[in-house]
Amino acid sequence: MTRAEPLVLGIETSCDETGIGIVRGRTLLSNTIASSMDEHARYGGVVPEVAARAHLEALQPAIEAAVAEAGITLEKLDAVAVTSGPGLAGALMVGVGAAKALAVSLGKPLYAVNHLVGHIAADILTGDEVEYPTVALLVSGGHTSLLLVRDLVSDVELLGETLDDAAGEAFDKIARILGLPYPGGPEIDRAAAGGDPNAIRFPRGLTRASDMAEHRYDFSFSGLKTAVARWVEQAAAAGSPVATADVAASFREAVVDVLVSKALDACDRHGVPRLLLGGGVIANRRLREVALERADAAGVAVRIPPLSLCTDNGAMIAALAAQLVASGHAPSTLAFGADSTLPVTEIQVARGDA
Amino acid sequence: MILGIDTSLGTAVAVVEADGVVRAEASSDNPLGHAEAIGTLLEAALADAAHGAIGQTGAPEPVTLTHVAAGMGPGPFTGLRVGIAAARAFALGRALPVIAVPSHDAAALGFLLGEALADPFAEPGRFAVVTDARRREFAYSVYDGLDDDGIPVRVAGPALTPRADIDDVLAEAGAARRDVTTIPAAMIAALAGRALTAGRELTGPEPLYLRAPDVTLPAAPKRVGA
Ligand SMILES: [Zn+2]
Repeated sequence: MTRAEPLVLGIETSCDETGIGIVRGRTLLSNTIASSMDEHARYGGVVPEVAARAHLEALQPAIEAAVAEAGITLEKLDAVAVTSGPGLAGALMVGVGAAKALAVSLGKPLYAVNHLVGHIAADILTGDEVEYPTVALLVSGGHTSLLLVRDLVSDVELLGETLDDAAGEAFDKIARILGLPYPGGPEIDRAAAGGDPNAIRFPRGLTRASDMAEHRYDFSFSGLKTAVARWVEQAAAAGSPVATADVAASFREAVVDVLVSKALDACDRHGVPRLLLGGGVIANRRLREVALERADAAGVAVRIPPLSLCTDNGAMIAALAAQLVASGHAPSTLAFGADSTLPVTEIQVARGDA
Repeated sequence: MILGIDTSLGTAVAVVEADGVVRAEASSDNPLGHAEAIGTLLEAALADAAHGAIGQTGAPEPVTLTHVAAGMGPGPFTGLRVGIAAARAFALGRALPVIAVPSHDAAALGFLLGEALADPFAEPGRFAVVTDARRREFAYSVYDGLDDDGIPVRVAGPALTPRADIDDVLAEAGAARRDVTTIPAAMIAALAGRALTAGRELTGPEPLYLRAPDVTLPAAPKRVGA
């Protein structure tokens, strides 16, 4: 194996995307994604059993498509990588079962890795030199986490995370309150066009001085959700039409404000002038706008990988494993499972030499 | 040789020769922990198979697999999927075809072969393979001997029934009850071999879930009050 540039296939099944990625070192060869999002639309959110069934169906064709796109054969692989957690347990298990069998079948080493750290690793596939330390803000329907990354393969610290809903879930729930379809992110964005983001001052969770000691970098969106629901109910009760554009814009502004404020605060207090964004909610245009604007004013450089690498994908899992290989980490043993609450400090699971 | 994998109850892996001789078996009866166990069991079964048929200790020889057989359930979904995913991925790695096998059929084959060994002239009566389906239900399939291809004749099922009703249901079908807590992967592979010889497909590529996903359509948003 060429240790500096290993050829790795990554399998990601932590939520509703079946992601198969193939990388050679820092070079992306395939980022194949099969999403079951449409199947969840009628339920207004990801249904774990529906997601797990879809993973099983999508896995084999996705691996075949990725291999074809990358122009490789499986025997050429230097390693197989898989997400061990965090995520939906039943969904993760499909990927873990497949990855172990593929590794044994091929006689190749297996790297079981952390999904969240994978999101950070996505950035190394952009072709630019990544500088550490960096603060990372990972926002999706499954997680909202603020991390301090000193070294991708050995030192990732959790600064804070959501105490209730993930930001993406908050978008989905508010969309439902406003009578908009799933997924909520793009719908809220559309509804907010032309709305006044300052029309209604919705609460910013965990930003009061009294929250700062314990939850400086944590997030909470349940109070915001309740405030929006109450506002809409009261408008309806008063017989006044709900100003959907204003509500959507003001809600979105509250979410974006908290996310960006806390991320830049972390940059400031840790003396790290770099912020990496990841996760599917990064697709939100307003979030990117505000982050870039305020980071610029604060002298913080922002990195945003292309959207296809921000949403859940297998390439980021392969990329992380490639870095583990390059830094001489031994592969994982076969004795690991899915860990739905895997802490971010566990970058690699069941490491053979640890 | 055929690699058999089943995770519909415990986790079971076996390697069987084309003529049915069992090369290796490795299994865990734990009804959970399929994702944890599957890799190690695969590795163990393959290593073991290199030493010849069970009981023999020949010098290692290469294990040349021709097919992978997957137990398709019924069984608790989360575990069941691990084995099917593993079978498909293993097959991809070696460019082998996958043969889908109903897990109850494999258990039935095991019974029928066992009975034939004990008394070759006995007429095996009608019987039902009964497995735990969780949620106070059993999964069952009813069998009536082997056909000319040596494949168990399934006359009913697989289907679900409330646990309290199983004996009535089986009495109605005239079938003796055979509770099963493990599916032998060797029988998954052996049955796949018989299907292959006969040119028959035993079931499709869909797992035998027998239940739609447990979901409820969202109600209108809850009122949060004034
Ligand atoms: Zn994610």
